[in-house]
Amino acid sequence: MSDTLLEARELHAYYGASHILHGVNFRVERGETIGLLGRNGMGKTTLIRSMLGLVSQRDGEVLVRGSLMTRAAPHLIARQGIAYVPEGRGIFPNLSVRENLVMAARAGVDGHYHWTYERILATFPRLAERLDNGGWQLSGGEQQMLTIGRALLTNPDLLLLDEATEGLAPLIRREIWKIIQHIQATGITTVIVDKNHSAILDISDRIVVLNKGQVAFEANSADARNQPGLLHRYLGV
Amino acid sequence: MDLVTFLIQLLNGLQYGLLLFLVASGLTLIFGIMGIINLAHGSFYMIGAYLAFSLSTLTGNLFTAILLGIVLSAVLGIILEWLLISRLYHRDHLEQVLLTYGLILIFEALRSILVGDDVHSIAIPAILNHSIPLTDTLSYPVYRIFISMVCLILAGLMYGVIQRTRLGMMIRAGASNREMVQSLGINIQLVYRLVFAMGFTLAAFAGMLAAPISSVYPGMGDQVLIICFVVVVIGGIGSVWGALVAALLIGLVDTFSKVFFPELAGITVYLLMAMVLLWRPEGLFRMT
Repeated sequence: MSDTLLEARELHAYYGASHILHGVNFRVERGETIGLLGRNGMGKTTLIRSMLGLVSQRDGEVLVRGSLMTRAAPHLIARQGIAYVPEGRGIFPNLSVRENLVMAARAGVDGHYHWTYERILATFPRLAERLDNGGWQLSGGEQQMLTIGRALLTNPDLLLLDEATEGLAPLIRREIWKIIQHIQATGITTVIVDKNHSAILDISDRIVVLNKGQVAFEANSADARNQPGLLHRYLGV
Repeated sequence: MDLVTFLIQLLNGLQYGLLLFLVASGLTLIFGIMGIINLAHGSFYMIGAYLAFSLSTLTGNLFTAILLGIVLSAVLGIILEWLLISRLYHRDHLEQVLLTYGLILIFEALRSILVGDDVHSIAIPAILNHSIPLTDTLSYPVYRIFISMVCLILAGLMYGVIQRTRLGMMIRAGASNREMVQSLGINIQLVYRLVFAMGFTLAAFAGMLAAPISSVYPGMGDQVLIICFVVVVIGGIGSVWGALVAALLIGLVDTFSKVFFPELAGITVYLLMAMVLLWRPEGLFRMT
């Protein structure tokens, strides 16, 4: 089996008449943590959504674990051990916290349940206190934890986190970053999109910067830390 | 009105309401969760009644006919969703109305070709063809009580499936965020197919149950369709619980208005709908 979990080859994506991705090549190897950076509107979310089969107008190829899945339905891609924590969360507000978690639970591709319901509650004690609350009653931070916990219950090999700390209070953000580090430490491959570039540089192995729908550059995070000029050029920081 | 007559009308109203619920629950789920306005839903009721008629003529037993009819309806529902309805999810309501209205015409034409345009009656099975005496002159038919009981059991089962099972959670989750459900590895297309087939089967089953008391006739689905849309609107689109409450309300209002204000009987349910909408434009309950 290939050790490339997810790969985009010459990927183009469109929303109606607008051409968002212009031939993006992007690889996620097992075990790495990738920071996906770029200013607003440069195609980070579209790249993720296109690889997951959620953007219907596409050209190019998407490979999951080495197999071509460009035209596969989103649920089949997800079942290959790929979990998605979308921008703006995506909890089910009309389901209780417990139901949000239970409905998603599934064995991983290897057939094992590494993340069980009990383990999720131990990892997110705040959720354990609110099991019977409706999703709509949660605070922003709790919603984010629920989305991450729910994604983990699908026992993924790869977790895609899109703006997981967006719109949260600083204290809660710090908690979410800790959780992300904890997830990393369990060996789950992660792709992180976030506005906090220094946090991403600290925890990622590699960064990929998108600019106007193309990969502007890729670098080891250690190298990027030593070349602040590069980031400044593409990200304006 | 004496107490016994009142009791009889009450039971009639409840039985009518429960039967309406079987049809309307599928309609509200298909509308609220899948986003499809299904005008052909009344035809499913009609198809059920005609299945009961044809199959009981064939087999000589209504219960066998109903069992076969349930299987056939489920299969028909799955085929219909796969062939046509699945193409409507990303289209607007006008296109949905056009296609499902077309289906009404097709189903009525098929009925006319296959079974003809006559009115048929179906005998109540001997085992249920009794009445419970209430006074010296008044009695209540067991078959109507049987219908109410079956409907209540089904309502309970449906509540259990939607509120307590993972399938029910997926159905409810799909109503709030279809894309997210898919991203969790759930085949939402398959979930919708099941919901649609369930709605089809419930409506058809209601037609089968009603056939012995209402007889079987052309256009019988149209009246049910309109009343069921009233139920869905009053109960709140997508709410199964709301459909139950609204269906019982309509069953009682319709039945009693025929007794007390026969000259207004045709419009009381619409007056009720207008009043509810003025008070709560979104219906009595929120989506399931």
